[in-house]
Amino acid sequence: MADTLEVSVWRGGEKGEFKTYTVPALESQTVLDIVTYIQRRLDPSLSYRFACRVGMCGSCAMTVNGKARWTCRTHASLVTDNGKLEIAPLSNLPVIKDLATDMREFFDKWAKAEGNFKPTKTRHDEFQTVKPSDKKRKQATAAIECIGCGVCYSSCDVVAWNKDYLGPAALNRAWSLLNDVRDAGNDERLRAISGDAGCHACHSTQMCQERCPKYLSPTASIAGLKRAAASALLKGKL
Amino acid sequence: MSARADTRRWLIQRASAMVLAVSVIVHLGVIIMATQNGVSAAEIVERIQDNYAWMVFYILFVVASALHAPIGLRTVIRETTGMQGKFPGFISSSIGVILLIMGVQAVLRLYGLGA
Repeated sequence: MADTLEVSVWRGGEKGEFKTYTVPALESQTVLDIVTYIQRRLDPSLSYRFACRVGMCGSCAMTVNGKARWTCRTHASLVTDNGKLEIAPLSNLPVIKDLATDMREFFDKWAKAEGNFKPTKTRHDEFQTVKPSDKKRKQATAAIECIGCGVCYSSCDVVAWNKDYLGPAALNRAWSLLNDVRDAGNDERLRAISGDAGCHACHSTQMCQERCPKYLSPTASIAGLKRAAASALLKGKL
Repeated sequence: MSARADTRRWLIQRASAMVLAVSVIVHLGVIIMATQNGVSAAEIVERIQDNYAWMVFYILFVVASALHAPIGLRTVIRETTGMQGKFPGFISSSIGVILLIMGVQAVLRLYGLGA
């Protein structure tokens, strides 16, 4: 292993350039460790976003050597190319400064996809029993571990060419709620996610599931939404 | 976006794709089998005369293509040009109507040739 790494980091806003830093190569260091090293030791004006450092919060996603990744759980040794790293902000989102993107449109689309839970019961009712073996519960379980990092959104070709497209994460969220028997908002939700800006825009290119750090499959969730929307249309509910 | 219209388009495209998947295989299969020793237009006309099952098959094939192609084309236009509104749908449905007329005419003429 070489003693140092050559790291190009995006500096500036939408317009900017890569600036190269030389960083010590350490065993088991993550890409986030490298960014932190640059900010603390080499250039304190570098802006980036992180919080938990253990793969739970979804704040530290960046484009590393061309691919969107969660940087806190990405070992630099696994992604460096000939001792070189290129770190850029996530694609498909406006850049605020350096490695920090404006994630408002990403989360606004969760709201547009009716991604909020609409309860059928109150605190005065009995608990709803949901068996772990229930088919819908299993489908919700498969989709539910999303941390909202934006890696799928940044990797999705359809998002790149259709700015209104709700994107894999918001649709995956809608699918997990669609399978929640306690939720009352599904008719409205299906209307919100159907159409050219919703699930029907997905071409199943599967970059979302290829890059999802939690190994979820938004592609499968979106396919489920397409089936659910078609069935609602045939039943006259759409 | 219109949830109903877009979902209807999606359903029609999937249904027509199922028809096309079968009809393309049958169509190509027959071409390959029938042309093993070379085949002339006269022979094709002769073979299909009085066999209305083939006519129904080819009309279905044409209808499925005329439904399937414009829906896909509409998406291609929207995604490659960023064009919104009714124009991509207008262009692609016009092409669909042309495909339908030309296709049905071709099938009917083929059957008319032997008459």
